[in-house]
Amino acid sequence: MPAGLLRVVTAGSVDDGKSTLVGRLLHDAKAVLADQMTAVQAASERRGYAGADLALLVDGLRAEREQGITIDVAYRYFATPRRTFILADTPGHVQYTRNTVTGASTADVAVILVDARSGVVEQTKRHLAVASLLRVSEIVLAVNKMDLVEFSEAVFDAIVTDFAAAAASLGVAHFTPIPVAALSGANIVTKSPQLDWYGGQALLEFLETVEPAVRADLPARFPVQVVLRPRTAEHPDYRGYAGRVEAGVLHRGDKVQVLPSGRVSVVAGIDTPTGELSEAPAGRSVTVRLEDDVDIARGDLIVVDGDPAPVVTRELQATVCWLTDRPLRAADRYQLRHTTRDVRAIVDAVESKLDIATVTPIPASELNLNDIGTVRIRLAEPIIVDPYALNRSTGAFLLVDETSGATVAAGLVR
Amino acid sequence: MTAVLPTQSDSLERGWLTDLEDEAIHIIREVVGQFERPVLLFSGGKDSIVMAHLAMKAFWPSRLPFALMHVDTGHNFAEVIEYRDRKVAEWGVKLIVASVQDAIDAGRITETPGQTRNPLQTIPLLDAITSNKFDAVLGGARRDEEKARAKERVFSVRDDFGQWDPRNQRPELWDLYNGRHRTGEHVRVFPLSNWTELDIWAYIEREGIEVPNIYYAHQREVVDRDGMLLAITEFTPPREGETVRTESVRYRTVGDATCTGAVASIAGSVADIITETAASTISERGATRADDRASEAAMEDRKRQGYF
Repeated sequence: MPAGLLRVVTAGSVDDGKSTLVGRLLHDAKAVLADQMTAVQAASERRGYAGADLALLVDGLRAEREQGITIDVAYRYFATPRRTFILADTPGHVQYTRNTVTGASTADVAVILVDARSGVVEQTKRHLAVASLLRVSEIVLAVNKMDLVEFSEAVFDAIVTDFAAAAASLGVAHFTPIPVAALSGANIVTKSPQLDWYGGQALLEFLETVEPAVRADLPARFPVQVVLRPRTAEHPDYRGYAGRVEAGVLHRGDKVQVLPSGRVSVVAGIDTPTGELSEAPAGRSVTVRLEDDVDIARGDLIVVDGDPAPVVTRELQATVCWLTDRPLRAADRYQLRHTTRDVRAIVDAVESKLDIATVTPIPASELNLNDIGTVRIRLAEPIIVDPYALNRSTGAFLLVDETSGATVAAGLVR
Repeated sequence: MTAVLPTQSDSLERGWLTDLEDEAIHIIREVVGQFERPVLLFSGGKDSIVMAHLAMKAFWPSRLPFALMHVDTGHNFAEVIEYRDRKVAEWGVKLIVASVQDAIDAGRITETPGQTRNPLQTIPLLDAITSNKFDAVLGGARRDEEKARAKERVFSVRDDFGQWDPRNQRPELWDLYNGRHRTGEHVRVFPLSNWTELDIWAYIEREGIEVPNIYYAHQREVVDRDGMLLAITEFTPPREGETVRTESVRYRTVGDATCTGAVASIAGSVADIITETAASTISERGATRADDRASEAAMEDRKRQGYF
């Protein structure tokens, strides 16, 4: 993604004021249009609220508005003169943690909210664990409702100390704590005089200027989505492989291997409808031609030679976030979805799970809804992986229930 | 809805559009990779025009591997139908028309006199999906349009009855889209989920895409109705007490003529439209869609029933 765009996920437990914070951010960044504000004011009046409840800007579903809670991820789009934002607002209830996982999976920055009166709670640690596991590169601890603790620096410091301890045991190198009061807007867009002891940036200023860490890159990885064979008068013999570059930079002339078959070839051309490219970086959707007529289908991975090479394997050591009510146990069978490949999978063993209270792994024989644990998985056919720590695309997979089609787990290759 | 244009440089804006394009093409290709019988909804509105453009780019130099489908309320803007038919011929693609009028004639749905036909599109849409055995339906809906749509997945499963269950959506992780579904179910796919109205216009400008001329400012006979500027057409004659006047207007959305309002505008080019859109203080649906005003959750209620 270019320097102009930032993907942000917000997480917090119930009543931490997350939707209010997002509403305040949108409102104060002038991303709320007049008719939307009028609708919020009218809806707030109908509910008998004192002022306009900014949470109603983001809680769009009937059930959310009736219960005053966030159930599902809401995506919001706004821009300041400095940057364009995609903001995923995720729910606080433990039962909806899977939606936090969803929001975090594509985020550059996670804003984790705590209520200054209650401090770091189990949900805070769960959200921190999810953000760190999914490699969200920047984590913000937003201590909200500072107005209800008399803007006390001591309260803020104690919460930061608690959060730092949990972060350390999860291996999170750094995070940015910011004291805020979303209801009044303190430290959201502009610094608040009531928080004059705080020397850092207001939340929006931080989001506008933060540069997410660039991770070490891999040689190019190109999963084939669709094989294009037009067989038209104009292109009688054309054979191209349509897909998106998922790591590194693919160049015309690169020596490549097609996995899992292992056949080698050379990139003859990188095509787009508006002309050929000499190179395509990660993120570009293109069509690749090879010099040799090799047998390639959807699900194959074209890789450029170099270190580190991906691993072709039928056995996975993985961390999974379990997203459904039925527990995960050894010998369970699922469909595993990885890049553009679907294979059948059997869980060989559940090894451990994360104890959220102590943020340490404990032995486990099953994973329940919202558990994060380590498992061993056996596959009917090989897949080609990199560790998730090296690449979010080739290191990530889903487990899918074969009967219902439901997505039951988010998996990370270790 | 973006209220400010990213202004650093042209290259930045273009970079952002390229990312959106790459994401949409990736999604459209996943549909062809994962489904047997996809179809693309095409109304001749700007979002569906961008969808068709992206789909053709996704499979170039192959032909479009699926048909287009228009759910036609019969209450159309003539300019849009002319555009639709001309483009379909030019592109050499197949167009399926699911007609609301046919469904009314067949007694499948009942029209309420004086009411818009917009919500009536659901039954013909679902009938066409069933009879053509479509398993994936590509649509141009954007999350920035409306608060219920902000909660929508890119791959969104619909049950046998075409219903959306917003409380029980599949988690959608990374960009691993899960299109697995049971027989009788289908999946709605929204490749433009992360685009804003401004992004659509910036992309139309960058790609030099032709849109129906009612998107540009033109003189039209209008009346004030329900707080909107409504054009006088054969389906929407003036009501008693309304004063017909001629004004320079354009359309921000193109839907059923009976519920789509115009906005006062002098924007004669895409660049003018981008400037107006960036400066607008009213959302696109707020300005021009009577159908969203029925209640706080009007869009969610229609979507649950199987609407776009």
